[in-house]
Amino acid sequence: MTGLVLLIPIALLCGLVALCAFFLALRSGQYDDLDGAAMRMLADGEDE
Amino acid sequence: MATQLLFAEIPAADNIESLFAVPALHCVGCIAKIEQGLAKVPGIESARVNMTDKRVAIRHDPTLEPPALKAAIAAIGFEADMLADPGVDVAAAENKALIRALAVAGFAAMNIMLLSVSIWSGADGATRQMFHWLSALIALPTVAYAGQPFFRSAFAAVRQGRTNMDVPISIGVLLTTGMSLYETLTNGHHAWFDGAVMLLFFLLAGRCLDSMMRVRARAGVAALLKQSAPGALVLDGQGHSHWTKAVDLRPGMRMLVAAGERLAADGRVVEGMSGMDIAFLTGESAPVPVGPGDMVQAGALNIDGPIHVAVTAAGPDTVIADIARLMEQAGQGKSRYVRLADRAARLYAPCVHLLAALSFAGWMIAGASVHQALLIAVAVLLITCPCALGLAVPAAQVVACGALMRRGVLVKDGSALERLAEVDEVVFDKTGTLTLGRPVPRDLDRLAAQDKAILLALACASRHPLSNALRQALNGGEAAAIENVREVAGEGVFGRYGHDDVALTRPRSLINLFGLASEYRRGNHATLLSFADALRPDAIDLIGDLKQDGLAILIASGDRPEALEDVARATGTTAIGHLRPADKLALIERLKRRGQKILMVGDGLNDGPALAAGHASMAPASASDASQLTADAVFLGDRLAPVAVTLRVARRTVRVVKQNFALAIGYNILAVPLAIAGKVTPLVAAIAMSLSSLIVVANALRLNGSAK
Repeated sequence: MTGLVLLIPIALLCGLVALCAFFLALRSGQYDDLDGAAMRMLADGEDE
Repeated sequence: MATQLLFAEIPAADNIESLFAVPALHCVGCIAKIEQGLAKVPGIESARVNMTDKRVAIRHDPTLEPPALKAAIAAIGFEADMLADPGVDVAAAENKALIRALAVAGFAAMNIMLLSVSIWSGADGATRQMFHWLSALIALPTVAYAGQPFFRSAFAAVRQGRTNMDVPISIGVLLTTGMSLYETLTNGHHAWFDGAVMLLFFLLAGRCLDSMMRVRARAGVAALLKQSAPGALVLDGQGHSHWTKAVDLRPGMRMLVAAGERLAADGRVVEGMSGMDIAFLTGESAPVPVGPGDMVQAGALNIDGPIHVAVTAAGPDTVIADIARLMEQAGQGKSRYVRLADRAARLYAPCVHLLAALSFAGWMIAGASVHQALLIAVAVLLITCPCALGLAVPAAQVVACGALMRRGVLVKDGSALERLAEVDEVVFDKTGTLTLGRPVPRDLDRLAAQDKAILLALACASRHPLSNALRQALNGGEAAAIENVREVAGEGVFGRYGHDDVALTRPRSLINLFGLASEYRRGNHATLLSFADALRPDAIDLIGDLKQDGLAILIASGDRPEALEDVARATGTTAIGHLRPADKLALIERLKRRGQKILMVGDGLNDGPALAAGHASMAPASASDASQLTADAVFLGDRLAPVAVTLRVARRTVRVVKQNFALAIGYNILAVPLAIAGKVTPLVAAIAMSLSSLIVVANALRLNGSAK
């Protein structure tokens, strides 16, 4: 029982953190240009 | 946006952002070239490419005018069109809200299910009570947040005295949640939080699929605005020119239109000679020669040389705005179409509510307590919640659209598939639809291989439509190395190959009355190249196929009747010529009144109103942007076969959707008696709901190979 009291909040917190991370990613426009993101990965970026 | 956060730190905050459509973007090299190339241009702060939308967002000094930016992109080697400010993209915002709701519902469903599994496997007493409370803690905010799309839509429907699919969903979810909360407060044995949240998750998945399908296909929101230029250089009395936005143009102003620019307003040419590409209006690819005194329309592309145009009509008074209005009016009929799932829901919702009410009354009469009777009624509502309608219909439509996309057909949304399945008469436009809509050179085989190579090299140096046609026809060949290449506007391309002067020019000697021609010269030898608009390779087969399927066929064109004779005879169909946009619209309306369900296939802006009015519509990818935007489906490539494939897939999709309805009803016949008998525990409800959803989705997946 004491284990549950500790573990369940931890598990829920982990899930919440992941959910917040997804929301942040969505907000910052990381899903706006999926095709472009796939391509930019291949860029050498020598000019940057 | 992360990128904008970065900008906030830079003091030059008065820089503005302009959007350009760059259709030729296709690889990582293009991205790097544009972003790095533009960043070096003085006055441009940064450029960001969006590959998915084929757009470039440029942050720049406000003194830098759109033509200069366009020229900067052209200098890097890409054609660009300025996009008018797209404003707030409603559909994309709605899609994002749905994805957020889905993420929340998914997170909550998983966690509650975890707790529920421990209850079902024997957690008892204080542990069960704690788990119920934890479930409630997760479920209540989730229902309040993720349920909003359904609650809003249901509320809107009820307020208008109608019911849709969201009404039983909302009532089911709210009652189940309320009842579970009561159970938790009173230390009851069962709580249905998992069922309510899982239901939301499944239904949101269906809603998301539906909205993603729409957003994906609706790529260019501002496409019609793109056709007419965002502004023009206006000459004032002193001979200076100023960039003026299209909305600020007034009749009487004098626009300076350079070659390669689109007109921003209707007007009359006052100075200069040029050719105008008005394909957006007529679908005809050949440029129309204009000189002083001729009328030109907003959206027309100036091809040959600079002209001065006196504005006669601007903004909402232009021809293109007129057509846009016609299209809007004609499209209103289509928005009255009620989708299959909503039609089913109109029958389904009252039945379900009646059933729940009857079970409540029945148990009360049989002597059960109010609490017990209410629990059973809630179980009935939960079991009968229309998962199949909410998930299986979009699932079937998304799978079918995916299959069609692999065949080169983009379908705009699910309702388009449903309407395509009902079609019983097909009306074709001629130019650009049955024909390729672009000049194709004839008798190229007469030329020697070396001449072809020279011709290709010359054609590559020009953007004239006939050069484009030659380039396409000779594509794959080796271009000869020619020197001193130069293009003279209105004349042609000149160069030197070895010891010979070579040229691709407009015909010198003879006046060509029929069709288009250009002249190829090498040394003293001249060859006349003639061009014609050819039928699409499988147009005749396709019409035969459609007739075999029992569809009536009609050809409606703005062209001369004589030009239609060949096509009509070859395909054995009736053809009507000399139709203006409004006539085509009237024709469609007349056929509609006769009870026909029309599929309009057309490409030009002149087909726009007819496309909007038809029960369903398709356009080739070579069509004007406005037509592509209006059409329910757009097909790629030179072949017409996708039209028949689309109709076939649409009919199969509707068949699968109806099967799914049958499956859902079958599942209800099995599960509802259990619910009424009071045998449905949260465990049974969870298993029944997941199972029925899996079955209908699996059935929908059968459509994957349907477009083969």
